[in-house]
Amino acid sequence: TLLPSPLLIMVASSRSYADFTPEKVDLHRLEEGPPLTATLTREEGLKYYRTMQTIRRMELKADQLYKQKIIRGFCHLYDGQEACAVGIEGGITLSDHLITAYRAHGYTLTRGGTVREIMAELTGRRGGIAKGKGGSMHMYTKNFYGGNGIVGAQVPLGAGVALACKYLGNDQLCVSLYGDGAANQGQIFETYNMSSLWKLPIIFICENNQYGMGTSVERSSASTEYYKRGDYIPGLRVDGMDVLCVREATKFAADHCRSGKGPILMELQTYRYHGHSMSDPGVSYRTREEIQEVRSKSDPISMLKDRMLSNNMASIEELKEIDIAVRKEIEDAAQFATTDPEPPLDDLCSHIFANDQPFEVRGATPWTKLTSTS
Amino acid sequence: LQVCAFLLRSGFTEMVVNVRDALNQAMDEELERDERVFLLGEEVAQYDGAYKVSRGLWKKYGDKRIIDTPITEMGFAGIAVGAAFAGLRPICEFMTWNFSMQAIDQVINSAAKTYYMSAGAQPVPIVFRGPNGSSAGVAAQHSQCFAAWYGHCPGLKVVSPWNSEDARGLLKAAIRDDNPVVFLENELMYGVPFDLSEDVLQKDFVVPIGKAKVERRGTHITLVSHSRCVGFCLDAASVLAKEGVECEVVNLRTIRPLDVDTIEASVMKTGHLVTVEGGWPQYGVGAEICARVMEGPAFNYLDAPAVRVTGVDIPMPYAKILEDHSVPQIKDIIFSVKKVLNM
Repeated sequence: TLLPSPLLIMVASSRSYADFTPEKVDLHRLEEGPPLTATLTREEGLKYYRTMQTIRRMELKADQLYKQKIIRGFCHLYDGQEACAVGIEGGITLSDHLITAYRAHGYTLTRGGTVREIMAELTGRRGGIAKGKGGSMHMYTKNFYGGNGIVGAQVPLGAGVALACKYLGNDQLCVSLYGDGAANQGQIFETYNMSSLWKLPIIFICENNQYGMGTSVERSSASTEYYKRGDYIPGLRVDGMDVLCVREATKFAADHCRSGKGPILMELQTYRYHGHSMSDPGVSYRTREEIQEVRSKSDPISMLKDRMLSNNMASIEELKEIDIAVRKEIEDAAQFATTDPEPPLDDLCSHIFANDQPFEVRGATPWTKLTSTS
Repeated sequence: LQVCAFLLRSGFTEMVVNVRDALNQAMDEELERDERVFLLGEEVAQYDGAYKVSRGLWKKYGDKRIIDTPITEMGFAGIAVGAAFAGLRPICEFMTWNFSMQAIDQVINSAAKTYYMSAGAQPVPIVFRGPNGSSAGVAAQHSQCFAAWYGHCPGLKVVSPWNSEDARGLLKAAIRDDNPVVFLENELMYGVPFDLSEDVLQKDFVVPIGKAKVERRGTHITLVSHSRCVGFCLDAASVLAKEGVECEVVNLRTIRPLDVDTIEASVMKTGHLVTVEGGWPQYGVGAEICARVMEGPAFNYLDAPAVRVTGVDIPMPYAKILEDHSVPQIKDIIFSVKKVLNM
């Protein structure tokens, strides 16, 4: 039976988590931070639940397809980190901008991509979001600039998008994400400098999942307080496994940017269940016990589910129905992704230049003359 | 440019404009024409440009559109590319192309490849410009030619103007192009004056990217070159003409896409080819031209192997006598022509 559920509920967004996160928000050069309580409506809760579950199941399906060799090359999975992508999107709008690195499938979804076109891109089919030309690391949607393969390069790109927002005076901002591994990149510090000098509307977000490939944060970084690494840039560190924490922090950061104060830096403490990529089992540099502990104590989806159930915001059956619907969506998408044809060979040389006349492209031999169209 | 307009109205159909001013006027006109165009780089604003190419622009357009950057190429090149992603039309200046090596990942991986990787969803309308190649006495780290490196990469257009008409027309074309353009200037050409006709001074004058120009017609041998070396080829041609050798001089204007048709048509006429460039020989622009000629119809018209005149295969030395012997000189061109023609 469905219990009557209140529309609105006050939820304390505090969470304790033994080894990883503090119980509150850590601030750097900020007098105050985001509120420690957040309001979650039933509608929002169900939306976040569904989106996180969709990302989770999509990534697990990708794992399956990769092991069947239907997905090739690089595949960096996001399961465990769902609260980051979903929480961030909850704090901005689709007219804001976002750019991230290669662990990008979740963001492609929250930024308006469909599971079908994401999966079909992973399997390299013409129905893929980049028509099979990009692959796992190069997916784009409106106001979402990928998907970037070179560690750290996306951060100055994001500042450039923010510069355009300021230039055009459209009150939009850009969220520029990077991991703990990328956080030591020189170009990020160059970007901190220019963003601050020019007061660009950029939110830097470090998704700290504790490991840069096989290197733990302690082994890569002289300072692991990534939220302070912006030095003169105000920063905050929150629990990245709690979708409400992430959302409130993002709202706070967005207000900061939109009020013309310039950049702000958020560190989200999170965790990936998979290894760095499908080539990495993920257990040579961390213990299975650690992974299991995070799963049982801090899983972002379980956390939201428990919260909603214990506050009578949804019933178990309702959430199960969402699970079933999500599974079906993923199955349909996987079906599409495995049956859609590969891109036509005519497409090989297209999309080199925008708005150009067709031109000849040299093939593998001097006699192979191919054509490129825009 | 107001002086130009006055003189044009007064019936002067030509102006003498040096390459620096041609670039300056081109940028000024394009900044005026399209609000999305802006310039960023080191010293471009308040200093009027390290080589004065952007003189007066900051005064006219202000901080929003002419932006001085800190000395952080990788960062500001990335910012420029990101601005292009989001709909602006940046001109990103490298003080010299040597410094672009700090940022080359942004030029190639973020700018050149993105339209392809996104299957046409994300165009990148950006111009990267600055002086390229050897200068005078600036030694090894400040003298490299990048035509071959950038010319290697699909997704980029690479241009290399020689004279003021090239500079003006190609820069306008580059700024109006919706794709990443690498614009290779030459510091030693900045101060060189050229006549510009009324047509060239029109605001919508563009030189099409990807089209070479035959600067001098000849029948005995084809000289193909780009940038400053075009001038040397013309000088060599004048000297050779006195000995009855008529050189056809092809000014590439664009490195990528290479105008193979113009080169082949010329070689099929003259039967002989010498390429001339300032950059190093190995895997260079001349090497590419020779390979293309080998692979195409023009090969059958060659009466002798095609050869390359290039910079010497060494880092650039400092002492003047050494530097002079590190770059192709007019006598090297003349010598090569005579060798190829078996004179």
